[in-house]
Amino acid sequence: MTAVGQSVARKEGLGKATGEAKYADDLTFPGTLHGRTIRSTVAHARITGVRLDFDPAGFTVVDHRDIPGSNHIALIEHDQPCLAAGEVRHVAEPILLLAHEDREALRGATVHVDYEPLPVVTDPEASPTTFKEILIEKGSLDKGFAKAEVLVEGTYRTGSQEHVYLEPNGVIAVPEAGGIALYGSLQCPFYVLKALKPVLGAAVANVRVVQTETGGGFGGKEEYPSVIAAHACLLALKSGRPVKIVYDREEDMWATTKRHPCVVRHRTGLTRDGRLVAMDVDVVMDGGAYCTLSPVVLSRGVIHAAGPYRCANTRIRGRATMTHTPPNGAFRGFGAPQTQFAMEVHMDRVAERLGVDPVKLRLKNALKPGDTTATGQKLGDDTSAVAVLRAAVKKSGYNRKRVSLKGTGAGIGLALFYHGSGFTGSGEVMLASTVALETTATGARILVANTEIGQGTRTMLAQIVADALGVPYEQVEVAQPDTSKVPDSGPTVASRTCMVVGGLLEKCAIAMRARLGGMSPSAWHANRGPLRLEQRYEAAATRQWDDATYRGDAYATFAWGCDVAEVSVDPVTYAARVVKFTAVQEFGRPIHPAMARGQIEGGSAQGIGWALMEHVVLKDGAMHNAQLTNYIIPTTLDTPPMDVIMLENPFGGGPFGAKGLGELPIDGPAPAIVNAIRHAGLDVRSIPALPEVLHASPPLDPPPPARAG
Amino acid sequence: MRTALSAFHLHRPRSLTDALRVMREEPATVPLAGCTDVFVALNAGTPPGTHYLDLTPLGGLARIAEKDGVLSIGALATYTAIIKSRLVRQQLPMLVAAAREVGGAQIQNRGTLGGNVANASPAGDTLPVLAVAEAVVVLRSAADGERRVPFTSFYTGYRASVRHPDELIVALEFPPVEGKQWFRKVGTRAAQAISKVMMAGVRSSRPRLALGSVAATVVRLPRAEAALAGGASIDEAVRILSGEITPIDDIRSTAEYRLAVAGNLLRAYWRDTAVTVLKSD
Repeated sequence: MTAVGQSVARKEGLGKATGEAKYADDLTFPGTLHGRTIRSTVAHARITGVRLDFDPAGFTVVDHRDIPGSNHIALIEHDQPCLAAGEVRHVAEPILLLAHEDREALRGATVHVDYEPLPVVTDPEASPTTFKEILIEKGSLDKGFAKAEVLVEGTYRTGSQEHVYLEPNGVIAVPEAGGIALYGSLQCPFYVLKALKPVLGAAVANVRVVQTETGGGFGGKEEYPSVIAAHACLLALKSGRPVKIVYDREEDMWATTKRHPCVVRHRTGLTRDGRLVAMDVDVVMDGGAYCTLSPVVLSRGVIHAAGPYRCANTRIRGRATMTHTPPNGAFRGFGAPQTQFAMEVHMDRVAERLGVDPVKLRLKNALKPGDTTATGQKLGDDTSAVAVLRAAVKKSGYNRKRVSLKGTGAGIGLALFYHGSGFTGSGEVMLASTVALETTATGARILVANTEIGQGTRTMLAQIVADALGVPYEQVEVAQPDTSKVPDSGPTVASRTCMVVGGLLEKCAIAMRARLGGMSPSAWHANRGPLRLEQRYEAAATRQWDDATYRGDAYATFAWGCDVAEVSVDPVTYAARVVKFTAVQEFGRPIHPAMARGQIEGGSAQGIGWALMEHVVLKDGAMHNAQLTNYIIPTTLDTPPMDVIMLENPFGGGPFGAKGLGELPIDGPAPAIVNAIRHAGLDVRSIPALPEVLHASPPLDPPPPARAG
Repeated sequence: MRTALSAFHLHRPRSLTDALRVMREEPATVPLAGCTDVFVALNAGTPPGTHYLDLTPLGGLARIAEKDGVLSIGALATYTAIIKSRLVRQQLPMLVAAAREVGGAQIQNRGTLGGNVANASPAGDTLPVLAVAEAVVVLRSAADGERRVPFTSFYTGYRASVRHPDELIVALEFPPVEGKQWFRKVGTRAAQAISKVMMAGVRSSRPRLALGSVAATVVRLPRAEAALAGGASIDEAVRILSGEITPIDDIRSTAEYRLAVAGNLLRAYWRDTAVTVLKSD
């Protein structure tokens, strides 16, 4: 029996269910110290003094002067210090590190920091500092607007969002012969390795990074673990002992990354019969105090900003700017949920202005095979915008409910969206990922740096290898990611693990099967000794991308989705409640249908939270509600029954036809919900659409008449 | 950051007498009657004190009983016990409704009515019910023995009450409630949330109304009550209510929203508790 397409038992399922699985805080090493981070309490200031208000006996204390290498966290730019030296640019910025054997003694220690305040920037649109600007141009905006008979403009805003992974950030740095080992809850072991090397410099010859069982990431453990890992290593280096740092929930929420807040302005020209002829889109993202990943979040955001629509004349301008808040970072969707929220809410306003049905407007303009995107990427046969839209409309009873719910205080809305699989542009070429496969006494072992963070990496990769190698799923195991043992197969981000890494493993397994010549891997291992094969990413000759002009094939391919939300608005509390949710998504082919459905349901729930209740309250540049008592995520009572339909449209470039899925489900819920609220009669253009926002929103009855631009 | 606990003092009394002695000797002692809010503060690094008195061993304070028509609920009665109590379900269904809205099952198993009162948060879920039920707070101290204070004059300001530093709340007493009872909590999500506004009401010839989370303490609405008792329209009552509360903008909501929802709740109460005339076909 083949494994692909079956909902086989998860590789780590039993360990997690029985509590055998070891998370970072479960690991103990002899002589371990606990680490703590002393952080800034002001948004922007010069540090004028640091005073330890405790007896330092038994403590290890580290500040920026203890860094043997360079004081920066290596990412795109090198602007973020590992420990503040003289100036802090956001609340919760690390200044000093303490370690002690006793967590209680550590908590009891107080440190006093004196500051000289500096000017604070909180408005990303008024920021004097831009981290990255991107311009995408297709056709001629002037010619497009000259043809336009109707003009619709709008501004849309999306809020920040906390990941709320179950397990907060945590690492342990362990001195070992010739160097240091870093164990931790993280998504990208080689990112951490690349960040540790410059900080530790020549002082540490060998550094290795090992991923421990990880309780969720959602992007929140893409870049931040480099910071906490560097801190633990510095304390371990100074004390000569293992050092564990595990954040509690409040510190994790207060100090670590969030989704980028975003403002999108649309100016759209159409013919009277509803054909898009000009789209001018302006995107501003709040990067926070340091550059971190903002340029690439912006990149994915602007590439998806024109939505899954055909328009000959398009201009998309984007910038990510600096504010004095903790840096915003990777979060499932990576900029695309923000810009597609704007596009899809705008489309319903356009339909309203034209007096046409939102589905008909989308059908007229949706991308089809052979069309080109805003970057000029020509789309292949796996382009399913129309298919997902038609299926969602049919399954949800959209047309019928659009009529029956009108004027009842309830509403139904939809959103059409897509998500590029894998790294943007030439990213995969530059990554040049490598995977390996080796024989074992019982079968084969996968060696990759990609991490299981709850989404099913181990299981899904083993399914692909089992079928490609022609062995039972149970005979394939997956090595724990340890940078000294596994090749760099790239980060676990960007909906790339299945399509890109799975694809490399499929090739590797096919090559191994040919080498084994009919022998099973275990028989080969017993008779001829171990066999290890590697497979490296090869650039597809047909894919072109120009980073300078932002023209070309932005992604290997796209996954497609259409969500329909049915919403009721409580007349007493103004709370919008999703009563029914339909998600139709096409991502090639599900390798593991149950896990794929879980990704869609989970991503949709996370999207519902982002749309309606998750509200990062910033006060003086700091998260004011950094507690789960006041940062509200949906419970099962806030999430509706979900109809999940997985359309199949196998992609030739992915293993067994698979494309990326992890991020797609969070692109659709927010605009579908806000469009449903609009159908219920309220003009909402920003999220979270809290009851307070709905209370303050103007009613929409009657809708404005069609008007020529 | 989490609070270091090892420097704190924890008393575990063997009897109520023992507990009252601790309260007399250490007046700044924080009594613990479930800890459901204290733990939030400890996790946030804002401990309410350094001396704590764990009342959990005093099982006698968890009794729910009725005598001469007066329902007595011990300070340590948990929300779960209240929900399960036939006496409470019969006499104070609005208290059961409020208890069901507190946190999740684990919190309902730990949290107590006395703790909710002593904690004195304006967002305490049971407090509007206690206000309209005209409950009596039974306090006891080693020096003065027992005294009774009407719940409606128990609080003096934000998180402040007439409880003396050496006193413990031992029970809440409820005279019979005439009329139809009503309760609604508006939280930040469907369940397991802190309230943004909530209202308890009793519909009788003397309508009684109380709101939570709209002022420094839970508040009764004497002017709106009087207007409704005097036959004023509901629109008029809503207008009067607006002048009786002073909601604020905070981490969970806005003054404007709270004011609007308080008015809506009043309308919902009035509609839901109206005497329904059954039509026969």
